[in-house]
Amino acid sequence: MSEQIDQALARKYDAGFVSEIESETFPIGLDEDVIARLSAIKGEPEWMLEWRLKAYRTWLKMEEPDWAHVDYPKVDYQSISYYSAPKSMKDKPKSLDEVDPELLRTYEKLGIPLHEQEMLAGVAVDAVFDSVSVVTTFREKLEEAGVIFCPISEALHKYPDLVKKYLGTVVPRGDNFFAALNSAVFTDGSFVYIPKGVRCPMELSTYFRINEQNTGQFERTLIVAEEGSHVSYLEGCTAPQRDENQLHAAVVELVALDDAEIKYSTVQNWYPGDENGKGGIYNFVTKRGLCEKNAKISWTQVETGSAVTWKYPSCILKGDNSVGEFYSVALTRGRQQADTGTKMIHLGKNTKSTIISKGISAGRSNNAYRGLVRMGPGAEGARNFTECDSLLIGDQCGAHTFPYIESSNPTAIVEHEATTSKVSDDQLFLCRQRGLDPEKAVSMIVNGFCKEVFRELPMEFAVEAGKLLEISLEGSVG
Amino acid sequence: MLSIKDLHARVEETTILKGLNLEIKPGEVHAIMGPNGAGKSTLGYVLSGRDGYEVESGSVEMDGKDLLDMEVEERAQAGLFLAFQYPVEIPGVSNMEFMKESVNALREARGEKALSSAEFLKKAKEACKQVELPLDFLKRGVNEGFSGGEKKRNEIMQLIMLEPKIAILDESDSGLDVDALQVVAKGVNSQRDGKRSFIVVTHYQRLLDYIQPDYVHILSKGKIVKSGGPELAKEVEASGYAWLAEAEAEGADA
Repeated sequence: MSEQIDQALARKYDAGFVSEIESETFPIGLDEDVIARLSAIKGEPEWMLEWRLKAYRTWLKMEEPDWAHVDYPKVDYQSISYYSAPKSMKDKPKSLDEVDPELLRTYEKLGIPLHEQEMLAGVAVDAVFDSVSVVTTFREKLEEAGVIFCPISEALHKYPDLVKKYLGTVVPRGDNFFAALNSAVFTDGSFVYIPKGVRCPMELSTYFRINEQNTGQFERTLIVAEEGSHVSYLEGCTAPQRDENQLHAAVVELVALDDAEIKYSTVQNWYPGDENGKGGIYNFVTKRGLCEKNAKISWTQVETGSAVTWKYPSCILKGDNSVGEFYSVALTRGRQQADTGTKMIHLGKNTKSTIISKGISAGRSNNAYRGLVRMGPGAEGARNFTECDSLLIGDQCGAHTFPYIESSNPTAIVEHEATTSKVSDDQLFLCRQRGLDPEKAVSMIVNGFCKEVFRELPMEFAVEAGKLLEISLEGSVG
Repeated sequence: MLSIKDLHARVEETTILKGLNLEIKPGEVHAIMGPNGAGKSTLGYVLSGRDGYEVESGSVEMDGKDLLDMEVEERAQAGLFLAFQYPVEIPGVSNMEFMKESVNALREARGEKALSSAEFLKKAKEACKQVELPLDFLKRGVNEGFSGGEKKRNEIMQLIMLEPKIAILDESDSGLDVDALQVVAKGVNSQRDGKRSFIVVTHYQRLLDYIQPDYVHILSKGKIVKSGGPELAKEVEASGYAWLAEAEAEGADA
């Protein structure tokens, strides 16, 4: 069976096309001048530039982390361009009619029509293309509810005080190497603000697309949910198929004030590179949420893309009775490498966290779960439950689990369960004997394995995630 | 319907089937009996095309087509069904999803429209009833946490759902008490319609009290050494398989 798996791993990446769009792209390289230019183009307030430069200076003194279970050639940060935007975006289009049709076609091809009437009812989209936001839909409707959903570059103009108040409060500038780099050079991303007591009337979603060559994408997302508010947010990502590796170093900060709830779902399908490991996105992302009293943050991720993934969406359960959740499906194949997991930092009393991680490895890939559960001294009566399952397809891939548990409170309870299984020949044979072709069989078995996580995704996206998994597994058995 | 000629097959380096011949006409029930290690289960796996079971020589035709040339799923789509001796679990995939995919894959192969959810559900409920499985089995993961007897009944439920042309039952009686055995047999008998054929592989005669075979074949060391009617099974019941060794010794002398 393993040889069938081998020959089959050459699968097509549907989102791998390049759009012919005239872009304004910075020359490669990074120094304080580049950051100043970037900040100027965005017309940012002075304090923002200062903030960026401080981050940059911190970053210069930092070392790229090497503790993750991944192996890749060092990134040359001077060979990357730190800003790229479609030229047509220069004179900010006021409505969709003024947006370059080629851009709209790009999103249509990806299955994300940006015309509101064609969209999934009830989902507002912010489309980020390379370094800028192209369009944000349903803004009026959201404004009626008092919800702010706009590119962060725009929020810096319109709501500078809000941004200033929360930016960097959950992921500080110098938090880690990639977060510091992002803080220095982030270009766009989404800003979401849900006022007190408001239940956001629709799903919010951001769609990230890297198009230009030799550019990095450094988006920054900030979501603030005021007391008692509620929001569900989804991000999706793709990139063209290129031979060079491209860097994606994002930062996402979530702030859930008392009694608020944020549900953050990711369907990540960056270009994974070819079967020999050539090309693909380096996905080095810092995501973290802060929960105040009785608040809840739930991370759900379906990760199928990227050559190398380094990502640990985390929750700081600061307020008493706050709840953190992490549901993850990470699928690697070919030569993909993923080191992903979460951190649940319990500070408040009776805080609760749940971690369900499903790792699927095929081909010659490596898939690691790395998770930290920390019970602080004040975490009286806190509880964590972790379930960490790995599924192997074929015999040349690897699955690894690195759980870290630290407890400074004797009343806290931490549970950890882990399993490793294989898609067995017996299961495949049973399915095929019942008339299913091997691909259908594997995708059904894998979907069954992921069921607990898919259940957590918003409905429309659960279907999409299932399909994505199916496409990703295409050819993983012959 | 199924014509097996001089079939030799091996698993890894060991040749297990050594010149097996069998002709099965539509509607016939053939019981294959024999001691452990005779190649009974191997026959089922070779016919269904399992990886690792390699045909060395001989031919198998099903409805005039070369069965050995087909992929596992193509054989299933052509109407060959194997009820497993040890059904495997598929966690998280419900029996219902599994059967729906399966039924529709077979329908698609026959150029028929997929069943609607309502049509499917009706059929599935009936099948459950036939083998006395509660309806919540449809929602449970395939064989997940099923008892031995439940797994066997679940196999027969699938047989009923999939309506094959020929069904191979691989020791569907093993590990069952008399009550469960009767349920399994009843399920199988309900599918005897004069057209569907069966190969009933069993170690014991007991199952054949409930599923009346047309022919009984004794398999030993990869060959059919004796064929007869239902009375042959009784003979085995009375005298065991020891006589096989004697017969063989005689054969060697001659």
